[in-house]
Amino acid sequence: MSTDEVDLGSLPDDELVAQMHDDLYDGLADEILEGTNILLERDWSPDKVLNEALVEGMRIVGIDFRDGILFVPEVLLAANAMKGGMTILRPLLAETGAERMGTVVIGTVKGDIHDIGKNLVGMMLEGAGFEVIDLGINNPVEAYLEALEEHKPDILGMSALLTTTMPYMKVVINALEEKGIRDDQIVLVGGAPLNEEFGKAVGADAYCRDAAVASETAQALVLARRAAAAAAS
Amino acid sequence: MQQLPQLLDEEHTFEAERPEVLVLACGAIAREVLAVIELNGWTHVTVRCLPGKLHSTPVKIAPAVDAKLRELAGKYERVFVAYADCGTAGELDKVLDAHGVERLAGAHCYGFFAGNDAWQAMHDDEPATFYLTDFLARHFDSLVVKGLKLDRHPELKPLIFGNYKRLVYLAQTDDPALAERARKAADYLGVAFEQRRTGYGELVPSLQRFVDA
Repeated sequence: MSTDEVDLGSLPDDELVAQMHDDLYDGLADEILEGTNILLERDWSPDKVLNEALVEGMRIVGIDFRDGILFVPEVLLAANAMKGGMTILRPLLAETGAERMGTVVIGTVKGDIHDIGKNLVGMMLEGAGFEVIDLGINNPVEAYLEALEEHKPDILGMSALLTTTMPYMKVVINALEEKGIRDDQIVLVGGAPLNEEFGKAVGADAYCRDAAVASETAQALVLARRAAAAAAS
Repeated sequence: MQQLPQLLDEEHTFEAERPEVLVLACGAIAREVLAVIELNGWTHVTVRCLPGKLHSTPVKIAPAVDAKLRELAGKYERVFVAYADCGTAGELDKVLDAHGVERLAGAHCYGFFAGNDAWQAMHDDEPATFYLTDFLARHFDSLVVKGLKLDRHPELKPLIFGNYKRLVYLAQTDDPALAERARKAADYLGVAFEQRRTGYGELVPSLQRFVDA
């Protein structure tokens, strides 16, 4: 049965959520909006809708992107669809006053204007409950330093798509070390040409191969850091 | 120059009269590699090219080159790979090290056509630049518009290209039709257009060094 023949309102919750995962996979923005509204009308909490329908759907998209089954256009369409759902959920999540997971400053490094991956990561982090401060593209070290000073984030995320720009991450981390503020935040790096080895070489806390991994890693490292701080105090 | 087959989607072999050495080339520069060979009268150099569309999926390049080098192992006296790093982030170099084979210097085809230092300076001057070569101008519609599904989903265009400010056409030849295609590509992306005549740049001395070695 094609999606446009499915009456979303007639589906039980579990089937509706599964259908929304399919719709997100197919980048069907209208259906995601409709499904989001239906779940809210059924008294699902905004964060449950976000996590079980949208974030989980994007996680599946991310896996197939990583495995070469989906490509950039499909991921962007899925992200666009998720954004629609987020537009509904964002104010509701704010109303519930749920405690933030933490704050993230994220940006593409100097010389690089690519932001598709960074934007996906930002969206997934927001979905995970982080406040995301997006510095945009082509960021010199000064832009990162200013943002860290202003927002005191839990995490600094840096992205690069070009092999010629990814070494700039080391420039930023060196600057943090010189100022004695490297350990004030977790540093995550990502981007298509990066790998685990590169992440270690530049002194990041972790390399994140895709948006879903970035979200999981961010949560795990923030929680671990808090636990360590609590144990030490 | 001989009539060339479709280099975007397919693999091709251009066997030399007396095949001794091999250039394994990206289909996106096969035309230029063949031209250099023909102009120099290198009748012992065979060219095999992988599909030019791999340009858009760098993650597939190293495995494809590895598979081809394995397939052809022992068939030629020497092999040269006419790829730059091409966005493989060192993965291609790992494959080439294992096979003991060298490649074109630099990060991209833009680099060895324009000259790697000149291209880096151009990029530093304006990072928000989209580059076309002759091949990419010729196949812009297939590789970019259709390849990124912009024909069916024009709403993706600002998401993918919204940060770009200019398109630089690095021309290998003086072909008004290609220049016009490149200009139209810039119009399509809504960015400024520049054309720079590079010729074959560092491709010629790189192949010369391989053949003379």
